[in-house]
Amino acid sequence: MDILKERGNQVVTKGLDEHELACDKASLAGSVSQRACVFCGSRVVLYPIADALHLIHGPIGCAAYTWDIRGSLSSGPQIHRLSFSTDLQEKQVVFGGEKTLKSALIELIDQYQPKAAFVYSTCIVGLIGDDVEAVCRNVSKEKGIDIIPVQAPGFAGSKKDGYKVACDALMKLIGTMGTNETIPESINIIGDFNLAGELYLLVDYYKKMGVKIVATITGDGRVDDIRQAHKAALNIVQCSGSMSNLARQMEAKYHIPFLRVSYFGIEDMSEALYEVARYFNSKSMMDKAIALVRQEVGDLIPKLAFYKNALTGKKAAIYVGGAFKAISLIKALRMIGVQTVVVGSQTGNKDDYKIMQDISDEGTILVDDTNPLELTQFVKAKKADILIGGVKERPIAYKLGIGFCDHNHERKLALAGYEGMLNFAREVYATAMSPVFQFTKTDH
Amino acid sequence: MEALKEKAFVSTRNACKLCTPLGASIAYKGIAGCVPLIHGSQGCATYIRRYLISHYKEPVDIASTNFSEESAIFGGQSNLFAALNNITKQYKPEIIGIATTCLSETIGDDMQAIIQHYQAQNTLPDSPQLTYVSTPSFKGTHANGYHDTVLALVKRFAAFTETNNAINLLPGFLSTADLRHLKEIMRDCGLPSIMLPDYSDTLDNEYNGSYEKVPEGGTSIEELVAAGSSRASIELGHILNHATSKESAGTYLEKNFSIPRFNLPIPIGIKASDEFFTILQRLSGAAMPQKYLKQRGRLVDAYVDGHKYVFGKKAIVYGEEDFVLSMVGFLEEIGLETVLCASGGGSGLLKKMISEKVNPRQDIMVRDDFDFEDIAVACRDLKPDLMIGNSKGYYIARELGIPLIRVGFPIHDRLGGQRIRHVGYEGTHELFEKIANALIEHMQEHSPVGYKYM
Repeated sequence: MDILKERGNQVVTKGLDEHELACDKASLAGSVSQRACVFCGSRVVLYPIADALHLIHGPIGCAAYTWDIRGSLSSGPQIHRLSFSTDLQEKQVVFGGEKTLKSALIELIDQYQPKAAFVYSTCIVGLIGDDVEAVCRNVSKEKGIDIIPVQAPGFAGSKKDGYKVACDALMKLIGTMGTNETIPESINIIGDFNLAGELYLLVDYYKKMGVKIVATITGDGRVDDIRQAHKAALNIVQCSGSMSNLARQMEAKYHIPFLRVSYFGIEDMSEALYEVARYFNSKSMMDKAIALVRQEVGDLIPKLAFYKNALTGKKAAIYVGGAFKAISLIKALRMIGVQTVVVGSQTGNKDDYKIMQDISDEGTILVDDTNPLELTQFVKAKKADILIGGVKERPIAYKLGIGFCDHNHERKLALAGYEGMLNFAREVYATAMSPVFQFTKTDH
Repeated sequence: MEALKEKAFVSTRNACKLCTPLGASIAYKGIAGCVPLIHGSQGCATYIRRYLISHYKEPVDIASTNFSEESAIFGGQSNLFAALNNITKQYKPEIIGIATTCLSETIGDDMQAIIQHYQAQNTLPDSPQLTYVSTPSFKGTHANGYHDTVLALVKRFAAFTETNNAINLLPGFLSTADLRHLKEIMRDCGLPSIMLPDYSDTLDNEYNGSYEKVPEGGTSIEELVAAGSSRASIELGHILNHATSKESAGTYLEKNFSIPRFNLPIPIGIKASDEFFTILQRLSGAAMPQKYLKQRGRLVDAYVDGHKYVFGKKAIVYGEEDFVLSMVGFLEEIGLETVLCASGGGSGLLKKMISEKVNPRQDIMVRDDFDFEDIAVACRDLKPDLMIGNSKGYYIARELGIPLIRVGFPIHDRLGGQRIRHVGYEGTHELFEKIANALIEHMQEHSPVGYKYM
């Protein structure tokens, strides 16, 4: 295979290669990585906080490309779906952008009455010498809301470093409201972004078990809930790549333990409920969880049988942002008879990749921070029938004449929870079984 | 109408523009064997790829020099070198088109020197050609990035050898179907042409079962060189890159190679298409081909059939300045009343050009440097019947309960947005019927009767 030498150790074929999958590296210049940047990492994490103002300080691109970019739903305010930018021009690059930032903040706070504001500093803000912290402090005093600087110049690391920047920003909010009393049998749901309303399903499950929800971070997020998140007895962390850092910080500062979970697929979803009941050591909670799982799975299995029957023997390639999700997907695909032959992520870490390798079949290709040309080779070599990824991976699948399933920000269909598992099976079926692919069979 | 005098906010809210390197990337995609390289943080390339893939539904490989903190302090040279090496190894391109960013421009990377330095070290015969354009995103919009790149390409390659019979066609930022149609027209008129850029294939490729590293198609380097020897240039659009440069590719060729330049509006509508064909006839010395006379005739026929559905309806038009300018010209000739022309572009020329080139029947509110929230506010007073522009205005149309006619760039919520045809008699015909039918459908759906004949 044709892989850039410097990237060689970021690809492993299970059972064939001896080396450990290298990760946590900067993307190679010129490699056409599918990753974005530090700004992107911070933006995707904070984006769903619906009653906050998200102002991007910099030239227009970063705001334009992230306008309404995630399908993160809000059950209330929708400020997060607007795109605000200081739209810096040459004049500000020369003379500084602080005045513009200040005016922008004031007018936007007056207009939209947000509960807090995040100010994202993009690439050039530091270089032109803007003291963003000072501007935020001053306007915060004037307007009486928290204005939190998010230092996110794209070049200051990778997308993953952006997650950390976002977690630090959240830590500035957490603990700023309410007493220090812990609410018994309560949790924060961390790392679900309420894509296609997935969070509503999860909240419903936990409530049925008698678990209290303090804050959802950040899906359907609200500033005041996040401020009080320190009162939760337990943190439940999904999308651990982005949010483990927050959980660890909350553990250190507020002594809130955390559990890592995933809501994709029957096994992981059920385990996410049982673990909470186990943690609180509550029989009633466990009984309710068991009843809920029995009910949901009982409904689901007969429906899934049809898909499993149709899809058995199909092969999938997975390339997504976080490795933890990829691991869940391998399991979820197995449940419907689909074998994963290629799996990778943009931001996985050593531990994730270890688990990934353990649960993968022999011969599976594992990859960190891949690019279109590599992915194309992997998909062809392993004769995958479908690719699971995001918008940037879609044309790879389609140009190779195989199916595609969107498991990224833009999805319109809930894929988490039990309902989500059925949707996922339908999605995979709809793409793997479409008759249009009778026309794509060439000798590639 | 005093809806909104000018941009009411210091901030930009839901921008009606993109950044300059996006425009550069599209122009580079129209060069044969070219891989675009954005000199900045990884996010620039990735965001732009994502944005373009959602519109073109095609692979759009754009490389990044992937700045680190070190490069932001010491300059991007070593990252640029690494990127050029890796692109060459992976893609084996004929040319790498470099676009700078706000970041590299702010730290002051001297691109010319860096590129010369690289070329001095890399003298292999199969090394790709290199070219660059300065596209700091704090200066101009994607339209400027696009035109500045076309200009940079001409400056880099065009040379005089001996006068050839070709016509340079500088189409501006149009759809892939528009580019194909323009080429067809030139062919049918017996005019050999060099279209620059030409992404009609590279960004709208047929299925062939493979992921092509560098999709086939595009203006070749030989054509870029030959552009300096053509006998005339046709440059579509009056505003072009005016906000960033006084010079366009067409004026540059005119000044440096004495190539006569015919500057025309984008041919949307009968009048603008007539103007275009008039020039073609002048250049070819032949009458308009029968095929186009028929197309024109059918378009007139369609105008007459549909005139009542569109007459007096109020429209809001938005998008790139040149696109808006031509669209208004077309709407004027079918009797649609444009109540607001808006663009995120900031040449300062839009109002003047509309009054000069279109001379509308009544005063039209023209706003440049506008954003979608400004448009949304203006709509409250203007009460338009329809909106005409890219898909990003959908949320406003939805709120108003009026049709949105999806045209231009980007179309992120429909299939086929990359191949909507706007130009020529046929493109206009399709547009006209799309608009009339949208109004008919709106009327039908809001009628208590449910008429079966309209």
